Amino acid sequence: MIAERETSMDDVQRQAMDVDIACVGFGPATAAFLTTVSRELLNEDGTPKLLSQKMPGMPLQIMCYERADDISFGVSGVVTKAKAIRQSFPDLTVEDISMAQEIKKEKMVYLLDPVGASRRSTVHNFLDSLLKPVAKNHAIESPFIPGGMNKHGGLLFSIGQFNQWVGAQIMSSGLVQLWPGTPVNAPLFDGDKVTGIRLSDQGVDLRGNPEAAFMPGMDIHADLTVVGDGPVGYIGQQLDEHFGLPEDHEQKDWAVGMKMVVELPEQSTLEAGTVLHTLGFPEPEIFGFLYVHPDRLASLGIFIPSWFDNPARTSYRYLQHWMMHPYLWKDLQGGTLKSWGAKSLQESGKHGEPLLAGDGFARIGEGSGSTNIFLNSGVDEAWMTGILLGKAVITLATEQKPFSKDNLQATYVKKRHDSWLEREAQIAAGARNGFQRGFFTGLLGMGLTMLSGGIFKVKTPAKAAYERSVNLIDFYKGRIPEAEIKKIQQESYAKGIAASDALMTRAGWPDIPYDGQLLMTHQDALFSGGKVQAAAGYKDHVVFLFPYLCETCENKLCIEICSGQAITPGENGIPEFDREKCIHCGACMWNCVKTIPGDPTKTNISFQAGSGGLHSVEN
Amino acid sequence: MSLTIVVCGSLVPDPLQSLIPMPTPDGFGLKNEMMLPHVLDPWAAHALYEAANLAKKVNGKVYLVSLGLKAKLQQSMMTIAQKVPFELVAVDASHSGFSDSSAVADALAAAINSIAGLDKSSLLIFGGWESASRAAGTTMQIVGEKLGIVDQFQGVDEILLNSDGSFQVLERVEGGTHQVSVCSGPPAVLGWATGNLPEPPNNPQVGMLNMRIVMPAIQQAKPATIKDQALTFHNVEVPAQRRQTKIVKDTPVPEIAREIVEWLRL
Repeated sequence: MIAERETSMDDVQRQAMDVDIACVGFGPATAAFLTTVSRELLNEDGTPKLLSQKMPGMPLQIMCYERADDISFGVSGVVTKAKAIRQSFPDLTVEDISMAQEIKKEKMVYLLDPVGASRRSTVHNFLDSLLKPVAKNHAIESPFIPGGMNKHGGLLFSIGQFNQWVGAQIMSSGLVQLWPGTPVNAPLFDGDKVTGIRLSDQGVDLRGNPEAAFMPGMDIHADLTVVGDGPVGYIGQQLDEHFGLPEDHEQKDWAVGMKMVVELPEQSTLEAGTVLHTLGFPEPEIFGFLYVHPDRLASLGIFIPSWFDNPARTSYRYLQHWMMHPYLWKDLQGGTLKSWGAKSLQESGKHGEPLLAGDGFARIGEGSGSTNIFLNSGVDEAWMTGILLGKAVITLATEQKPFSKDNLQATYVKKRHDSWLEREAQIAAGARNGFQRGFFTGLLGMGLTMLSGGIFKVKTPAKAAYERSVNLIDFYKGRIPEAEIKKIQQESYAKGIAASDALMTRAGWPDIPYDGQLLMTHQDALFSGGKVQAAAGYKDHVVFLFPYLCETCENKLCIEICSGQAITPGENGIPEFDREKCIHCGACMWNCVKTIPGDPTKTNISFQAGSGGLHSVEN
Repeated sequence: MSLTIVVCGSLVPDPLQSLIPMPTPDGFGLKNEMMLPHVLDPWAAHALYEAANLAKKVNGKVYLVSLGLKAKLQQSMMTIAQKVPFELVAVDASHSGFSDSSAVADALAAAINSIAGLDKSSLLIFGGWESASRAAGTTMQIVGEKLGIVDQFQGVDEILLNSDGSFQVLERVEGGTHQVSVCSGPPAVLGWATGNLPEPPNNPQVGMLNMRIVMPAIQQAKPATIKDQALTFHNVEVPAQRRQTKIVKDTPVPEIAREIVEWLRL
């Protein structure tokens, strides 16, 4: 399979290799694809069933490249109906996967504001005052979970443990190779045909300039490139840039989910299999979750959406206040942080679906718009896209047809658009857009969609962070004088830190009583809850494309939202990036409020493929 | 001069994780050990990189004898195999960090002896002087003894080959200095400290070449039982940690040193 030849591109001699299928990114979608295809590669007698075009007489040669240092370093507490996963593993039991648990109890909980610092409208405060007398621990438990949102009978698990489990099975077949620690830098194009991928150069400085140990990234030529690199994947981005999104599609609805894995204290009464969804606190725009695994472990966290118009949008500080809400704190106080992390969610779903297939490539997983945010479900949907592409590849390889646009459209895309995935996605499309206009409008929109089966929705266009009127003065109007806001911001930036902490404290949020165990500084969480690694010899994966735009940016959302405090204030207003703290959530990309000249949909932060990130398998 | 270098490099739980010792029915172990990601022992990794570098110079061959659970070997080798060329000899066994080093050495020596056609007259045994899995620093020494190799060097940072087949070794000694020894030739055991080589980049082509042998080797890994009859742990504790992280840029070195001293005195 190794072609001992070199290609000359961009004046750099590169090694090259020919394979049948190259996959980018190892997550649930790629895992499903590889599981599906690898089962059909051989006949029962061990002879090849799906023949390689690159190595005659051998089965399809399949490679998968993952940028993280291990295939199990994912971030996501998962609660899922698991219907697609069970389609692949009909005999699956929870004992098969560490931290997996059947869902036994599910609650929707509205959290009142016990602190008095949450930014609520007058109407909201009035409604809260009506609820307060009947609330227990400042919370109201909903008597039911709406429609398709409930996951009764489903599973909850850790994505890291799940990936480890499924990855081991794929590798044990010996038919597929998974290469972690291998970021992919670019798709290879021949006109509109994708002919493979180029791995990232090594032995370069932070800007990508060759140094003494320069090793050009290898070109992997493939008949089919499967792109499953997630919501902020660099290859997916470049495909979107090359082909554009389909008409009327856009990717403007995002959220960053920050989570912890906590060892619950002994006094906790939360039973394994319990699932809590919260809303209302710490801000009305912030939703929360808590899933209880076996052995007194819990995954918990919050989502900060792109339509939350607070420029001081620190997920970490908000997460701590959320944990300390009396309804949750009674079960968390005395717990221990085991792991921590964050990831971006592409919440546009169907509306953000890119071109799913073309000559030589196919898109699967969250980056292909599969996440159903209306149903709070993404992993099972991503898995389903992998199954569908896997089946399409089996069909085409069996019939010895090329992986052309027409063939992939007729198989993968058609099957996907005929499946339950599409039906549910259509109902969900735009169902949450009401939140763009406020908390109650959002709830109304969700309710309308649910009751009408998707016929009625609150129709309002989604706006990206750079299209919204986001500024500190407006957000803290009536609470912090303008001059003081600027003073706090200046003082914080002079210290090289984000302003959000100081602003929240000034706005009335109490200081966090650090216990060094569960409540700790953001930096301590970085070291205690996962440990960030950044291999030397790669270029920085966060790039400020036009630094002069940063000089004129007043909001600096990239600094405030940064999940690892890897982006900090720098000279002349241009932020600095320290990849040794980056956990690769990608939130900086969609939180940037400056778009680049010539492309009003592309922000000034380029989020590329980098090696390293969190070393955590519990997330 | 041609050399055969056998590197003893077992898998250990990733030292970056929170490793919590706890009693198990089989003695002490780590909490959720199977859940933890495993890596090639960082000390042994240095030995592997030095071995590959040396083998390249003399057209030699490198074997990696690795002890670990099959599933963990499979997962970890996808990363390790991209670093340098080697032939894997896999031993399917869990030894945790609480194993008797003599029992571990038994398994390693047996695996080395099982390598077909191994010429001991050109053999160098490399390994980590220490281990990230709480070893006592004695495993390599015992491996050498069990193989009957008497020339042993521990805490090695450098090996230089001479044209007459002898080699010079730098071993760490007290005070940050090195002891220089000259050995007349193989066989010898070298327990490596950190060496001088950086971690090699991930090379997909090296990975592909290695994997032709790695996957069959894992499939054929012989199970081994590490018997800990001679060793009992009565109590195990991890040092208490205090953490107070802050971000301060451009602090002068003397100021950083002063703060560290002050912190240690607390």
